[in-house]
Amino acid sequence: MAEIQLTDLTKSYGPTEVLHHVEGDIKDGEFIVIVGPSGCGKSTLLRMVAGLESVTSGEIRIGDRRVNELEPSARDIAMVFQNYALYPHMSVRENMAYGLKIRKLPKGEINRRVEEAADILEIHQYLDRKPRQLSGGQRQRVAMGRAIVRDPQVFLFDEPLSNLDAKLRVQMRLEIRKLQQRLGVTSIYVTHDQVEAMTLGDRLMVLNGGYVEQFGTPIELYDRPASVFVAGFIGSPAMNLLPAEAHSDGIVLPTGVKLAGAQTQSGSVLLGVRPEHLVPDQDGPIAIDVDMVEQLGANSLLHGTLSGTDHAMVASIPGHVATANGTQQRFSAAPEVLHLFSPETQKRLDA
Amino acid sequence: MLKRVHFPSSPLPYLLVAPQLAITLIFFIWPASQAMYQSFLVEDPFGLGSEFVWFENFELLWGDQHYLDAFLRTAVFSVLVAALSMGSALLLAGFAQRVVRGAMFYRTMLIWPYAVAPVLAGALWVFMFNPTLGIFPYFLDFVGIDWNHYLNGGQAMSLVILAAAWKQVAYNFLFYLAAMQSIPNSVIEAAAIDGAGPGRRFWTIIFPLISPTTFFLLVINMVYAFFETFGIIHAVTQGGPGSSTTILVYKVFNDGFVGLDLGGSAAQSVVLMALVIVMTVVQFRYVERKVEY
Ligand SMILES: Nc1ncnc2c1ncn2[C@@H]1O[C@H](COP(=O)(O)OP(=O)(O)O)[C@@H](O)[C@H]1O
Ligand SMILES: [Mg+2]
Repeated sequence: MAEIQLTDLTKSYGPTEVLHHVEGDIKDGEFIVIVGPSGCGKSTLLRMVAGLESVTSGEIRIGDRRVNELEPSARDIAMVFQNYALYPHMSVRENMAYGLKIRKLPKGEINRRVEEAADILEIHQYLDRKPRQLSGGQRQRVAMGRAIVRDPQVFLFDEPLSNLDAKLRVQMRLEIRKLQQRLGVTSIYVTHDQVEAMTLGDRLMVLNGGYVEQFGTPIELYDRPASVFVAGFIGSPAMNLLPAEAHSDGIVLPTGVKLAGAQTQSGSVLLGVRPEHLVPDQDGPIAIDVDMVEQLGANSLLHGTLSGTDHAMVASIPGHVATANGTQQRFSAAPEVLHLFSPETQKRLDA
Repeated sequence: MLKRVHFPSSPLPYLLVAPQLAITLIFFIWPASQAMYQSFLVEDPFGLGSEFVWFENFELLWGDQHYLDAFLRTAVFSVLVAALSMGSALLLAGFAQRVVRGAMFYRTMLIWPYAVAPVLAGALWVFMFNPTLGIFPYFLDFVGIDWNHYLNGGQAMSLVILAAAWKQVAYNFLFYLAAMQSIPNSVIEAAAIDGAGPGRRFWTIIFPLISPTTFFLLVINMVYAFFETFGIIHAVTQGGPGSSTTILVYKVFNDGFVGLDLGGSAAQSVVLMALVIVMTVVQFRYVERKVEY
């Protein structure tokens, strides 16, 4: 078990810099999720920690060691790959024992660890099968097993669930979380799925275009997104964003309506409000022309535009609604759920 | 139910396959059947007539010590050619995988020997190993080896093995490289994280995973060594000195076209045909056995 420190980490392929000055301190036993859209550099960052990619500049420390120059095998890590990367010609047992044999553990110890991991993951009956004889979910478990028998300081996961069907994904997600809590091993988990990220992570590192947009707990990200990107990325459906004008006594919407409330900002801003924070209100200041209703059972999504403008808006209302398409609905939003961002820097205002 | 596609009958399909059929018939089936027929005949010493003798030619072969020697020699020759060329190709492919800069150049250079005709390949080696003019005998002299493959049968054999193997390296290299590249990178990376160094990764992961290719190449190389090395041997040693580099296919030529024992030579080529058929069958039966990911 160990803490991990990323200091001013940069990665370039030739002249192209794909990761820019990444900083992050990961505490011992923490479960960190790196999340961001495809191509933002998540895998690259993870592979740098694993030692599969070189570090262009900056430093990675695992425990009290600088590991930049260390081979993957010397870093005391285990990794679970998206395609599982099991050794196709070895049985499940051999797959799990491979790393232990290389470490020259005694036979009895190897067997004990493999059996123990098989118990934890409930893959006992598959131990003598080849990977090709297993389903995707079972292979996933074997890949996990191969990681835990090694008893490493750090687990690394690169989108380990993205090849599974939706139901299995939810189930495995919970299992991974429980397993990590039980073993208490510092873990870094890469995914592009924000729901997966929110449910798994103690803290989330949101990456966008090689920059760390925000690094915080799921609740911090949800309640106080540091940028327009995080605001749009975390939470589903995505936060509504409107150009607006901030004054000391309130915020003026593009429709000219003022949302009253003292403001420390002034000038043009981007106003963000989450769909679930729009409360139906006969006299509310926010009017939406609804053009589509999605009934999800537990809640309903009203899609439309801000009345009199073409700014798309979504509102999420608990329970069922009987709203017809093409009608106008009015909402209000509490001042504390409004987010303000700078239109220039895209960063959060009011800090 | 499947619907049958009906083509209006037209001579076009037949015309299109006709050239290939003609080539097969004229250059393969007809000579093969001629050889078969000839192997049952014995020519009289003056070439005026021939007599049908059933399997006498074959019986003579099994009793002929020269033939049995040639058989053994061919076995040694082909095993060494296959081992040498496949071993080098494997090594080169392993390195080619790791080459990052100039990979294209490196690969192209390695493929070139395959484009060289066997006789030319033989000629190249003859020049390089010419006892008086060649560059290699000059260097070998320094380590106390007196090179003359015109006199020394062992040296002659080494030279044809070297030349034959060299020419086949390119082919083997291509297949090995393709096989290695079809192994998912993450599998190798997983092994690296598990603590396996490059050598162990090669022997415990890569080599087992490319074993179907190894098997396929083994058969191909044996067939190559049995038959296609004729040109090289003809250019380098002409089967000599003595008969120290006379492998089966060269003996067919020698006995038939130089010794003019047409019946015996035909019998030998029928035996060779049988061998290649066996190898091909083996190959087809086992090449299906693939490693799945
Ligand atoms: N070997 C490489 N050579 C050049 N560019 C690469 C290489 N690997 C990744 N990249 C680039 O780095 C960026 C980040 O890639 P990656 O970390 O795989 O993204 P993610 O895992 O977030 O989808 C991408 O723009 C990708 O094109
Ligand atoms: Mg990725």
